[in-house]
Amino acid sequence: MSEPADLLVVGAGPAGMAAAATALAGGLRVVLVDSGAAVGGQYWRHPPAHARAAIPTDDLHHGLRGYRALCEALSAGRAAGRLELRLAHHVWSAVREDDGFAIHVVDRRRAPQETAGVLRAPKLLVATGAYDRQLPFPGWDLPGVLTVGGLQALLKGGGVAAGSRVALGGTGPFLLPVAAALASRGVEVVAVCEAAHPSAWLRHPGPLLRNPRTWAEGAGYATALARRRVRFRPRTAITGAEGGDRVTAVRIASLRPDGSPRPGTERHVEVDAVGVGWGFAPQLDLLVPLGCALTDSADGNAVVVVGGGQRTTVPGLYAAGETCGVGGAALAVGEGRLAAESVLADSGAAPAPGPKRLAGVRSAVARHRAFARALALAHPIPPAWSSWLTDETVVCRCEEVTAGAIRTARAEGGADDHRQVKQLTRAGMGWCQGRMCGPAVHCLTAGQRGYEPAERLVATPVTLGALADLDP
Amino acid sequence: MSEIVVDGESLPFTEGQTVAAALVAAGRVAWRTTRVGRRPRGVFCGIGVCFDCLLTIDGAGGQRACLVPARPGMTVTTEEGDDE
Repeated sequence: MSEPADLLVVGAGPAGMAAAATALAGGLRVVLVDSGAAVGGQYWRHPPAHARAAIPTDDLHHGLRGYRALCEALSAGRAAGRLELRLAHHVWSAVREDDGFAIHVVDRRRAPQETAGVLRAPKLLVATGAYDRQLPFPGWDLPGVLTVGGLQALLKGGGVAAGSRVALGGTGPFLLPVAAALASRGVEVVAVCEAAHPSAWLRHPGPLLRNPRTWAEGAGYATALARRRVRFRPRTAITGAEGGDRVTAVRIASLRPDGSPRPGTERHVEVDAVGVGWGFAPQLDLLVPLGCALTDSADGNAVVVVGGGQRTTVPGLYAAGETCGVGGAALAVGEGRLAAESVLADSGAAPAPGPKRLAGVRSAVARHRAFARALALAHPIPPAWSSWLTDETVVCRCEEVTAGAIRTARAEGGADDHRQVKQLTRAGMGWCQGRMCGPAVHCLTAGQRGYEPAERLVATPVTLGALADLDP
Repeated sequence: MSEIVVDGESLPFTEGQTVAAALVAAGRVAWRTTRVGRRPRGVFCGIGVCFDCLLTIDGAGGQRACLVPARPGMTVTTEEGDDE
């Protein structure tokens, strides 16, 4: 693409793909950037194009028809010279400039070699998705304990199961497809421990009834798991993992309504891998330094404030998908489309032609958002989860800061948020910059207030060598 | 099947897999030792967020095994608690 771009899209998951496809349909020139080896994001994670035959993963996916339609739209955009697709490019900073935005990228197509670069456009759309939200428990730092998203990424991206006997735990509907995917690859899924109780859904039946397709998807997983004799255990949790060089067993306990373990219910189950996840945390690293207003979401996360057209509070900056509130792929696709329509309107371009009218997309987005809110309320982080921790439990994996040290920082140092805990204990100061421990440290110190992630000025590490080679 | 070299030993992988996927496929879930507690670590988040899976690839340290695609002949060295 030789002409300057009209729009930068960061993230080629469902939201970013839909946004880019819509902007292309409206005649814009688009640069789509993603850190992965293929488009699709985490939800539609695929092996790189040349490896699809060697690593078959189609049966692990949902909504592949939508994915393929978006892939075709992107291919057509590339063929027409109006889409520049930058895969294996990591964005480490996004900044406002006089006439738009610049994103600083590291090209890692030939990793570990890296090349720094800058991309510019008048408009920026951030669709960076989310990652698994974690709560520590004794033994969660043992090898073989992964996030549920990590188990799924290894399966969908590499065709690899991380164990042969696996227990899953946490909360939220994501546990089900991961259990089904593992079982389909011959893994013995010994337990799916869901902290919430399905009856929590009965408190918000409306959104469930108005989203029959999602309901049917859930029922499909339940059937698949029942057929493979996978035990789904509501109102239980993995409260500990044991092992030496690798996890060998988990402790599973029934939970009281507040999430504390019921005495006498703990059982040992032998495993060689574990997957844990407590919903998702939006990836806001690029949006926070740009100065977007944030708000609290029903799931306890800070999310980006957007209007009906996915415009953030920063002019020219749009967001779509999980960064605006965790809600799944169908919502992300709708928001991506709406965001791109706003870009078209704000650029003075005509709306994108398409089979589905904008009003229909808007009402679908509203329906999915209501569903996401009901989901968040039905699958909360259990209030008493920290009763699983001992003083020796590692909370910050990078700096190896224990729950005891964090409790001391609160009791004796007066720390009442994750920033103060960081100054006193180094929790959140390591490689991951608090992405893993931040929500947990927040819960341990700040109580009911919403979690706002730290501002990270460098979103991914970049070598000084790569920066030194950058043309000014 | 293609191969990478991990700490001097050949490790087969399927084209398209990351270094982490190749290691996990071979049954290895840990390849790093933490600085403070000398504890074993390996793949955790699998998507580049947690930095637990760091190792050295073709002489470049601090690489996330879950992000870097394995390529034939790649030389991988697992780190010994010197991840700063």
